Amino acid sequence: MKSLVLAPFQHLVCSTMADTELTGAEIVIRCLHAEGVKHVFGYPGGAVLNIYDEIYKQDGFKHILVRHEQAAVHAADAYARSTGQVGVALVTSGPGATNAVTGIATAYMDSIPMVVITGQVPTAAIGMDAFQEVDTVGITRPCVKHNFLVKDVRELAETMKKAFYIAATGRPGPVVVDIPKDVTQNTCAFVYPESVSMRSYNPTSKGHTGQIKKAAQMLLEAKRPMLYVGGGAVLGNGAEPVRALARKLGFPVASTLMGLGAFPEPDPQNLGMLGMHGTYEANMAMQHCDVLLAIGARFDDRVIGNPKHFGKEARRIIHIDVDPSSISKRVRVDVPIVGAVDQVLTDMLKQIDGVPDATALKAWWAQIELWRAQDCMKYDRASPVIKPQAVVEALYKITGGAAFVASDVGQHQMWAAQYYKFNEPRRWINSGGLGTMGFGLPAAMGIAMAHPGAPVVCITGEGSIQMNIQELSTCKEHKLPIKVILLNNGVLGMVRQWQEFFYEERYSESYVTSLPDFTMLAEAYGHVGMKIERPEDVEPALIKAFTEHKDELVFMNFITDPRENVYPMIPAGKGLSEMILI
Amino acid sequence: MRHIISLLMENEAGALSRVAGLFSARGYNIESLTVAPTEDATLSRMTIVTRGSDDVIEQINKQLNKLVDVIKLQDLSDGSHIERELMLVKVRAVGEGREEMKRMADIFRGNIIDVTEKSYTIELTGDGKKLTAFLEAIDPSAILETVRTGTSGIARGERILKI
Repeated sequence: MKSLVLAPFQHLVCSTMADTELTGAEIVIRCLHAEGVKHVFGYPGGAVLNIYDEIYKQDGFKHILVRHEQAAVHAADAYARSTGQVGVALVTSGPGATNAVTGIATAYMDSIPMVVITGQVPTAAIGMDAFQEVDTVGITRPCVKHNFLVKDVRELAETMKKAFYIAATGRPGPVVVDIPKDVTQNTCAFVYPESVSMRSYNPTSKGHTGQIKKAAQMLLEAKRPMLYVGGGAVLGNGAEPVRALARKLGFPVASTLMGLGAFPEPDPQNLGMLGMHGTYEANMAMQHCDVLLAIGARFDDRVIGNPKHFGKEARRIIHIDVDPSSISKRVRVDVPIVGAVDQVLTDMLKQIDGVPDATALKAWWAQIELWRAQDCMKYDRASPVIKPQAVVEALYKITGGAAFVASDVGQHQMWAAQYYKFNEPRRWINSGGLGTMGFGLPAAMGIAMAHPGAPVVCITGEGSIQMNIQELSTCKEHKLPIKVILLNNGVLGMVRQWQEFFYEERYSESYVTSLPDFTMLAEAYGHVGMKIERPEDVEPALIKAFTEHKDELVFMNFITDPRENVYPMIPAGKGLSEMILI
Repeated sequence: MRHIISLLMENEAGALSRVAGLFSARGYNIESLTVAPTEDATLSRMTIVTRGSDDVIEQINKQLNKLVDVIKLQDLSDGSHIERELMLVKVRAVGEGREEMKRMADIFRGNIIDVTEKSYTIELTGDGKKLTAFLEAIDPSAILETVRTGTSGIARGERILKI
């Protein structure tokens, strides 16, 4: 019970409850109730049967039975991304846990707060190569923020409290709690700690005042300023202060794939997405700015390309991040500020007591407008075949930018990011770090459970959708009215694109033949299926899906141009100003 | 640059593997790693000897600090410090060589802690260089077995690592 802070009254509770002992399984349920969990995504199995028996007896949260454990974790992950609350998944030992690993790694790469409860063989059987035994703590160690093996039921409640605390604080991340079956059977008195403090874990939230002052001064002195907004701005609830700061200063804003929506995309101050498939204006401004304010972003390889090329231009960098290890990892920064994005930016706003150099800023904007005039997002709008970009644009128009958009991974993901203009944070849900194909549909399920009645779409490809297509069954069971937007070009598009550009068109294993009839497939699962083959049918089909079939899952198979590529593109290892434009 | 990082972490199952896993996952070097509980049984103290550029060492420090079980760490190389390693060497000790081996052990202030008709087991402490110097000073064909603990270190003077 070291360093555990209990509220005084709980000691009373403890003494009166000493004779009413609960089983470990009951304790798990009570902990989830105490954390205010409303949805748990999971799949039962031998090691977690005691927990499932208790789930049967409670109605404090709803359990969503998925069809594959990977989907449970992705759904819990997207639930967390779209709400800001900790997502919860529950799987059994052995294959249940290994199936969950892809989902856990996905959440880890994108810093998503999540608690994954895994069953384990009984403590006496651990290490005996028991049936459905795997070293879950060992397997998940490199892809979790932290993990626990609970060997004694008396440690269970405290461990659960710590798991939720660690998952949600500092740089968020997934936490695995591995519970042997006998621990779920054994009994002890239950006390759920009010709060927890750990001597080894004290994340910083308030930024250094001196550094913030220095940063504010640097921003005011800038001639060619730029705000670089990453996923941390979304996860750290920094959208409000990002907007306030950008508007107060009149500076250009660009977002990473993970930061989309933190600043409203239709705003003229927004230069769009940065990086490998970012806009020309965003990448050029990033390369040529003289003061760069990085907000919850980590200068990763898909954003700045080659750090040596990035370093060719002199610029001063201010970097706000909750994780000290993200600072000066790939790029040296001048003013590091460790702290929570919302708090640091709010403090920074108070420190800005002046106006930026209006003449310099005007000249900088004039330069940016020249870059913007390149119109790097143009495509053939008169094409006789459906252009994937046109589908996303039509979707944006019809949903008014208000939909939750889950995406899979590949070309369709980039088109979704480029052509759907997000007004709000937590609307764009994709696997940016790990790039997990199969993420989209279960993610849409998680969002739909969290936001009943809200429009939820899943933009996907015919490669990705087949990696978790079994979840159409879960969607039917829970009547989730997801709109699946399949941009079907009949190829593994991003692979094909790289093979075209960098492998002299040797299309090795990138063509997907023998695709199913997706309309029939959707209907077989009890959903509405549509096949759309002509450009003029795109909008009417989408309208129909969102009106006539509003409350149903509609699987929309758009047959798109197989030769279309994602532009612009910075080839891997190249610099920001070495873009391939269309 | 060679660095000696000392750290205090929760003495919990799997703590060592978290550190070792971090080094292998991120491609950092480990020259040696020693770990044992401290006077406070809930704490383990670890000494890691590593090499890397300043940037890499900075990342190693940050990544170690990020581990939930790590309470505090100190780069001993930042200040003056003492490092020691223990080595046990079993050597052949017969004929003329037997007396010579005893002399060498004395010169290096080693202790002979086990004796047979044909062998000595010598205990030596010192920094890594001293232990290596001993091995180079004796007849290499006489060495039967060596075992080294890896470096432990502590800062000189008032500087302490404690929670």
